[in-house]
Amino acid sequence: MEETIMPSKCKALIIGGSAGSLDVLLEIFPLLSDEIDFPIILVTHRKSGNDALLSDLLRSRTKLKVNEAEEKDKIQPGNVYIAPADYHLLIEENETFSLDYSEKVNYSRPSIDVTFHSAAEVFKDKLVCILLSGSNADGVAGLKTVKSSGGLVVIQNPKTAVMPYMPQQAANEIEGGIILNANEMAEFINKLYSYKTS
Amino acid sequence: MLLSDVLETHGYDFLEYSHASIKRRIIRLYALDNFVSFAEFRYTVKTDKQYFKRFLEEITVNVTEMFRDPNFYKALRNDVLPVLGTYPFIRIWVAGCSTGEEAYSLAIVLKELNLLQKSLIYATDINPSVLEKAKKGIFPLNYLKGYSENYVQSGGAKDFSSYYTANYSLAKFDETLNSKMIFSTHNLVSDHSFNEFQLILCRNVLIYFDKDLQHKVFQLFDNSLEKLGYLALGSKESLDFWSRAKEYRRLKTEKIWRKL
Repeated sequence: MEETIMPSKCKALIIGGSAGSLDVLLEIFPLLSDEIDFPIILVTHRKSGNDALLSDLLRSRTKLKVNEAEEKDKIQPGNVYIAPADYHLLIEENETFSLDYSEKVNYSRPSIDVTFHSAAEVFKDKLVCILLSGSNADGVAGLKTVKSSGGLVVIQNPKTAVMPYMPQQAANEIEGGIILNANEMAEFINKLYSYKTS
Repeated sequence: MLLSDVLETHGYDFLEYSHASIKRRIIRLYALDNFVSFAEFRYTVKTDKQYFKRFLEEITVNVTEMFRDPNFYKALRNDVLPVLGTYPFIRIWVAGCSTGEEAYSLAIVLKELNLLQKSLIYATDINPSVLEKAKKGIFPLNYLKGYSENYVQSGGAKDFSSYYTANYSLAKFDETLNSKMIFSTHNLVSDHSFNEFQLILCRNVLIYFDKDLQHKVFQLFDNSLEKLGYLALGSKESLDFWSRAKEYRRLKTEKIWRKL
């Protein structure tokens, strides 16, 4: 990995994923450092009603605090937030969450694009976004905005994705994104932390 | 800036809405309607009354469904409405009713509990054009399959299709349902309490308001709710951080509070 393209400080990490991304998350979470000092926000497509399931699965695999994002919650470092099913998740200027039950975007709610766009405006060059496996193109437009706002874009290597379409679209359309295999993700995320403190 | 114009010219106050959400709605509409510049958009919103109607309809969120969150309706059916059924007369306020799907869902449950006759549902919204739709009780037929599934999950035991007549791509709901509804515009930001109710439903409206405005609206609801009345919010909304939350007790798992 090229250290030179690391942001000066990661203020937030957002991971977007759709079909096939759960396995990657389950692989990443046990390997995450307990000392991560930025918030991790997960936006994944799933059916409503099984919110607690994803939180429970991840909570059992990390010492970081895992919670569903609540509206008006202050975004705290070292916490993992999961976008609730059936709401778009937006980030306010004062680093709190807003929820929005408006039309689906890319047939999805939560839409990864919506959160990426909104976070890019707030965190600008201190934002890192990862797009994982999935079978539609939600997240790709958002990553472009993240990139043009100076943030860091990471794409799962489509070859290691169960559903390569989403990361492939991102890789095709975004120049200068970092392509990582699923098994390199955790180390990369931990490095975001160690880079900042070193 | 644009929102200050809207307040000054049209009297609608969006300044205390959650910024990220309202900004996204405005930018979406601006892109959708192909304005040459933002200045032109702003000018049109300010001066063109007809366009302002569209603006109002598009920047407020009007996505809704029937029997959304089936467990919520199950709690209404089993725990809340039977209690209200002991009263001689039931007054319900659906605040922010949009195109009416929740009001019709509620009317169906009331009907099945034999309470509709003595009930009155006040359905209000900031937006006159959605109320026109709500009055008609006509919904796109392709949504009805999902609504019917929600209805069954919420504890509904009848044949859902007995409540509407399908005609081409539309479903028109039984007029006995809306015979007990009163539709009216009401702006939660600027309008006052207009009656006392035993149940107020306001679901997925407060998520668009900032905290101060949320607390003002809770006060408005408190002024409009009888003692021992119920307040129902959306699945991601809460009374918890309001200074007077202690005067309310929450029911089990659903976002329903009872005024003590």
